[in-house]
Amino acid sequence: MYAFIARRLVATIPVLLIVAVLVFLMLRLTPGDPAAILAGDAANTEQIARIRASLGLDRPIVVQFGIWLGNLLAGDLGESFYYKTRVVALIGQRLEPTLALATLTILVAVIVAVPLGVAAAWRFGGWFDRALMGFSVLGFSVPVFVLAYMLIYVVSLKAGLLPVQGYRRLADGFWPFLYHLILPAITLSVIYIALIARVTRASVLEALGEDYIRTARAKGLPEVRVLVRHALANAAVPIVTVIGIGIALLIGGVVVTESVYAIPGLGRLTVDAVLARDFPTIQGVILFFSFVYVLVNLLVDMSYVFLDPRIRY
Amino acid sequence: MDAPGRKQYEALSVEAAVVVRQESAWQRVRRNWSVRTGGIVLCVLVILALVAPWLGTVDPTLFDAGSRDLLPGRTGEITTLDGEVVRHTFWMGSDSLGRDIYSRVIYGTRVSLVVGILCALLALAIGIACGLASGYLRWLDGILMRFMDGLMAIPAILIAIALVAMWRGSLATVIVAIAIPEIPRVTRLVRSLVLTIREEPYVEAAISLGTPTWKILFGHILPNCIAPLVVQGTFICAFAILVEAILSFLGVGLPPDIPTWGNVMAEGRQQFNDYPHNIFFPGVFLAVTVLAVNILGDGLRDTLDPKMAKKMGSE
Repeated sequence: MYAFIARRLVATIPVLLIVAVLVFLMLRLTPGDPAAILAGDAANTEQIARIRASLGLDRPIVVQFGIWLGNLLAGDLGESFYYKTRVVALIGQRLEPTLALATLTILVAVIVAVPLGVAAAWRFGGWFDRALMGFSVLGFSVPVFVLAYMLIYVVSLKAGLLPVQGYRRLADGFWPFLYHLILPAITLSVIYIALIARVTRASVLEALGEDYIRTARAKGLPEVRVLVRHALANAAVPIVTVIGIGIALLIGGVVVTESVYAIPGLGRLTVDAVLARDFPTIQGVILFFSFVYVLVNLLVDMSYVFLDPRIRY
Repeated sequence: MDAPGRKQYEALSVEAAVVVRQESAWQRVRRNWSVRTGGIVLCVLVILALVAPWLGTVDPTLFDAGSRDLLPGRTGEITTLDGEVVRHTFWMGSDSLGRDIYSRVIYGTRVSLVVGILCALLALAIGIACGLASGYLRWLDGILMRFMDGLMAIPAILIAIALVAMWRGSLATVIVAIAIPEIPRVTRLVRSLVLTIREEPYVEAAISLGTPTWKILFGHILPNCIAPLVVQGTFICAFAILVEAILSFLGVGLPPDIPTWGNVMAEGRQQFNDYPHNIFFPGVFLAVTVLAVNILGDGLRDTLDPKMAKKMGSE
């Protein structure tokens, strides 16, 4: 088991390294002087020269990458000229809202999607099943910001139930914090619900065709127990896998949702950085998000051992 | 005489079976409810895009300070490029610069469809090249696939946003930027198909006959990848239309004067409380378009690619 974890950890290193190479190359392949781009539009010659020296831009590109990677491994993502702070500190400041939004979204999505998927598989081909499949295609198709505005219009503006925009820190109290996050989390969870419900339905449906389900029913187990303990438990691996893969969708959604609901998180930071052409911040945020994505999927891989005792690494 | 006769019969029956299967696949596609619905809606959208100038629209970049923030259905004035003032009914209202939302939305169909189709074609073309190379040239496989793994580890929208930010928004850069994150998925698909197909007897036969590698790849292997690639292409198209709208909406995509659904919505954000139609109309068009492409893709997958359909649980 520990050997497996070690092996999987080692296996993620090349992936992360290639992500680093790609993020590094992104800037180098942009026409223009990288130092001038990194320094921002308002920089003077002296600042540009300082950045050029620190990046080693007069040296071969492999050496430049080495310097950049060295800084990266030391936890230095450079300095944002727009916010005038270290990018690492900036990401730290913006982490709480995004983490809160993502966690709440995943919670809502799993709590809603898994029972829906199981119910659809249980009544396969019935009206509920068809309705859920229809909803799932719709969920993939309605853009998250259109959905956001529809919800704001109905829930906030017409019914006045929840705030239109804004964010309260957890330190300001749990209820105001939750109150401001509910609508963004519901918005963001729709596409995720569509994805998870679909896969849950498919994998529970497959499990329901197995012999042990017939046995469980034959020995007179209550249907709920058959569905949860036997069907769902055996369908767990694909469901957890899709939750992991869905993190990429979630990250994309966070960028849009935070922008619509004015939540000062990493997604909002990404958009602001792009609008200001603040490249050190763009690079930092992309690296951070990709790192989280790879890490979550590593954890998903490891969870298989607990979800399915047949899997031994 | 028995053996050759039998062989001939077998050959005939195999040929007949192939003919029957091809016909029924095409018929299955045409009979499929999803393919029909999605296809019809898309056809209507394509026609809308083509005949946009004759649908009672005005130039979507025209604005008139006297016709700002009109509610849907109101009539106002608009100044043409010649300086002529004409009466115009704003069926979907006007924005804060006095531009006609209806014209912008109808013309926006063009941008969305072009971006969707070109992104899909570009991602497929590059993905097919990489996938064939990776599946057939074993020495290249390791490096290329590790590279693709790395590319897939970066969320698609982030790549698109970052690339457009660096290259500045234009139609070409937006299309390339959205297509790039889709390439690894196509590459993986083609590679896995190649690895299966290259073990088939007819490929082995072609190799032993001394057929050149390029001919095996494009003449024998690629034609057998078409069905799953068509399915994948429609989903890329739907995703590309969504991402283009997101980029425009966030203000990092095409320049704001170009009429795209995302740009119309971005413009309408500030006064959403009072004039929700700025977001509502382009939003509905966007959602219907993406929905149509997705439904078409689902139908194609169910009829052309049964293995994938089972995995996604739609059969």
